[in-house]
Amino acid sequence: MTISIDSKDSNTKSLQPKGWLRYFSFSLDHKVIGIQYLVCGFLFYLIGGTLASAIRIELASPMSDFMPRDVYNQVLTLHGTIMIFLWIVPVVNGAFGNYLIPFYVGARDMAFPRLNAVAFWLIPPSGLMLVASYFVEGAAQAGWTAYPPLSITTPQSGQIIWIMSVLLLGGSSIFGGINFIATIIKLRRPGLKLMQLPMYCWAMLGTSLLVVLSTPVLAGTLILLSFDIVAHTGFFNPVLGGNVVVYQHLFWFYSHPAVYIMVLPAFGLVSEILPVHSRKPLFGYTTMVFSIMGIVVLGLVVWAHHMFTSGTPPWMRLFFTIATAFIAVPTGIKFFNWVATLWGGKISINSAMLFSCGFIINFVFGGITGVALAQVPFDIHVHDTYFVVAHFHYIVYGGTVFIIFSSIYHWFPKVTGKLMSEKLGILHFAITFIGFNLCFAPQHWLGLNGMPRRVAEYDPQFQFVNQISSVGALLMAISTIPFLVNIFLSIKNGKDSGDNPWNALTPEWLTSSPPPVENWEGEAPLVEEPYGYGKPISQEN
Amino acid sequence: MTTLDSSKEIKKNKSDASEHHEDFRMFGLITFLIADGMTFAGFFAAYLTYKAVNPLPDGAIYELELPIPTLNTILLLVSSATFHKAGKALLKNKNSDTQKWLIVTALLGITFLICQLFEYFNLPFGLTDNLFASTFYALTGFHGLHVTLGTLMILIISWQTRPKEGRITNQNMFPLEAVELYWHFVDGIWVILFIILYLL
Repeated sequence: MTISIDSKDSNTKSLQPKGWLRYFSFSLDHKVIGIQYLVCGFLFYLIGGTLASAIRIELASPMSDFMPRDVYNQVLTLHGTIMIFLWIVPVVNGAFGNYLIPFYVGARDMAFPRLNAVAFWLIPPSGLMLVASYFVEGAAQAGWTAYPPLSITTPQSGQIIWIMSVLLLGGSSIFGGINFIATIIKLRRPGLKLMQLPMYCWAMLGTSLLVVLSTPVLAGTLILLSFDIVAHTGFFNPVLGGNVVVYQHLFWFYSHPAVYIMVLPAFGLVSEILPVHSRKPLFGYTTMVFSIMGIVVLGLVVWAHHMFTSGTPPWMRLFFTIATAFIAVPTGIKFFNWVATLWGGKISINSAMLFSCGFIINFVFGGITGVALAQVPFDIHVHDTYFVVAHFHYIVYGGTVFIIFSSIYHWFPKVTGKLMSEKLGILHFAITFIGFNLCFAPQHWLGLNGMPRRVAEYDPQFQFVNQISSVGALLMAISTIPFLVNIFLSIKNGKDSGDNPWNALTPEWLTSSPPPVENWEGEAPLVEEPYGYGKPISQEN
Repeated sequence: MTTLDSSKEIKKNKSDASEHHEDFRMFGLITFLIADGMTFAGFFAAYLTYKAVNPLPDGAIYELELPIPTLNTILLLVSSATFHKAGKALLKNKNSDTQKWLIVTALLGITFLICQLFEYFNLPFGLTDNLFASTFYALTGFHGLHVTLGTLMILIISWQTRPKEGRITNQNMFPLEAVELYWHFVDGIWVILFIILYLL
C-alpha cells in the first residue's frame, strides 16, 4: 500500500503540471481528484442518457414494441440510479467541491487528501458493478427507490448487486462529506471569517451536513433490505409480518435530503457565476447563508410528503404539508436574490450566463410544481404520474444539470488555461434549453390527465404528446454533440484565456490558470470581499 | 495521515504556515461517528415503529432474558474505564502500563462478544422467526460488528504502544485517542440499545 502510493506520487510529481496520466493515478491533489470526478461522472451521464433515450423511444408508441416490459423496467431502474448516484451527486458535490473549496478557504488541499482519493476511487468500481448488474440474470427492476415488496419479489441477483453498489457509493459520499465539513470549518486560512466565504462553501457545508446525517440511514435501510432478499427475513415483507411503510420512511429520510444534496451545491455554483458575469455583488449574502441553513434544517423534516398515498395518518400529512410549504420561503429568497443580482448589472451574454439564466427559469417552474405537489389533495391526484416525473426533472435536469454545464463553461479556462468556443456554447445552450422544455413541459399535462409513470405501455390517447416529449429527448441527446466537440476543440486549439478571463474576484482566479500544484506560488491571498464588483477599476483588479 | 506523508506534503509543510493549524483528525472522526450513529438511529427508529404498529403474530416467540445483557453492559462500562486508564498511563509515559490496560480492555471486549454469542445460541427464536427476532439480531449483530472491529483496533494499538519501537507515544497519541473515542461511542450505543431492546 505504502509503496504503491509513493510510486504514484512520484509519478504524479514528475508529470506535473501537464501530464494526463495523473488523472488515472491515486493522486492526492484536490484539483486532479475534482477532474477525475467530473470526467468519470460525465461518462456515466452518457450511459444514463443513452438509457433515457431508449426510454423515450419506447414511449413514442403506446405498445411496448421497442423492448419487452421487464427490460423497460430494468432500463428505467438503471437510468435513475446512474443519473443520481453516479452523475449528479458525484459531479455537483465531488467534482466542483474538490476543485473549488480548497481555493475558497485559502488552503493547498483538502483536509484529508488520502480519504478524498479513496472516496473518488470507490466510484468507478461501484459504477461498473451497477452497470454490470444489468447484464446479470434478473437485473434490478424496482426503480431507483427499490420499494419492497417489488424489490423482494422480482428476480434478485441483480437487485443485490444494485444494493452493494449503492452502499459503496453512499460510503464514498459520506467520506466526501466529512472531508468538506472539516475543510470548510477547520482549514480556513487565518483571518478568513465564515461570513466572508464564497457562497459555494456555505452550500457545500449545508450539503455535507445533509450527507453525513442522512446517507447512513439509507445504508442501514439497504442492509435490512438485503437481509430480506438473501436471508428471507421479514423487515419489509408483509407476508412475513413486515412493514413496507417503514422502508418508505427510512428511504425518504435519505432520499428527500438527497434532492437537496443534488440541488444545494447548484445554488452555490450559480451564486458564484451570476455576480461575475453581471459585474455586481451577490445580492443578500446574509439571507442567502441563512436560507441555505434553513433548507438544511427543513429538508430533514419533510420526507413523508413522498408518502401521502401510503396510508399516512392525517396529523402526519398536515405536518409534512406545512413543513414542505415552508421550504418555499428560503428557496424563494434565493431566487429573488439571484434576480436582484442580475438587476441593473452589466450582463455578458455568454454560455455560462445563459445556462445560469436557464437554470433560474427552469428551477422556478420546478419549484412551483413542487409547492403544488406538497398539497395533499393535489398530490393524491397526480401521485405516481408523469407530473411527478416532470417536476423532478425540472429540478434535477433543468436545475442542477444546467448549472453543471454553466460551471463547466465558467471554470474551463481555470482548469485548462484555454477559452471555450462561445458559438458552440450558445448552440449547446439553445438545443438543450429547447429540447429540455419540449421533453418535460408536456409531461405535466400527461400526468394531470392520469398517465402513470414507470410503465412501458399507455393509453393511445396520450401518443401525440408523448411523441412531442420524445422529440425533445432527441434534441437533448443531440445537444451533447456540440458540447463534446467544443470541449475537444478548445482543449486542442482554444484561445489562451490568461489567468483571469472574467476579471473575477473569487480566490480561485487569483492564481495562474491552470493553477500550480499547491494552488499558490506564495501565501494564499486573503479575499475579504469575494463579490466586491462594481467598484472603481483600480480596486477591481 | 502522518506516517504516509508523501514528499509533496512534506514540502508543503515546510513552505507553508499551515503546519501551525490545529489537528483536525479528531474533528473528522467525530463527524464520522455522528454518521455512524445515524445508522443506528435508523435501526432504532425502525424497531420502535415496528413495536408501535406491528403486533406480534399468534404463536410467535419473542422473549429476552436480562442476566447476560446486564453482565454485558457492566463489561462494556468497565472496559471504557480501563481504556481511560490506558490513556492516563500514556500521558505519564508509562507505555508498558498502557499496553496492559489496553489488553485488559480487549479481553473485556472479547468476553462481551462471547457472552453475546452465548445469548444468541440460547435464545428461543432464530433470525427469520418473526419481525422482532430479525430486528433484534440485526441491531445486536450490527453493534457486535462494531465491538469486533473495536477489539481488533485495540489489539493493534496495544501492539503499537510497545515500549521502544512502538509508534504510539506520548508525542503521538492520536491513534489511541481515536480508538478510545470510538470505543466510548460503541459503549454509549450499547447502553441505548440495552434500554430500548431489553428494558422497554
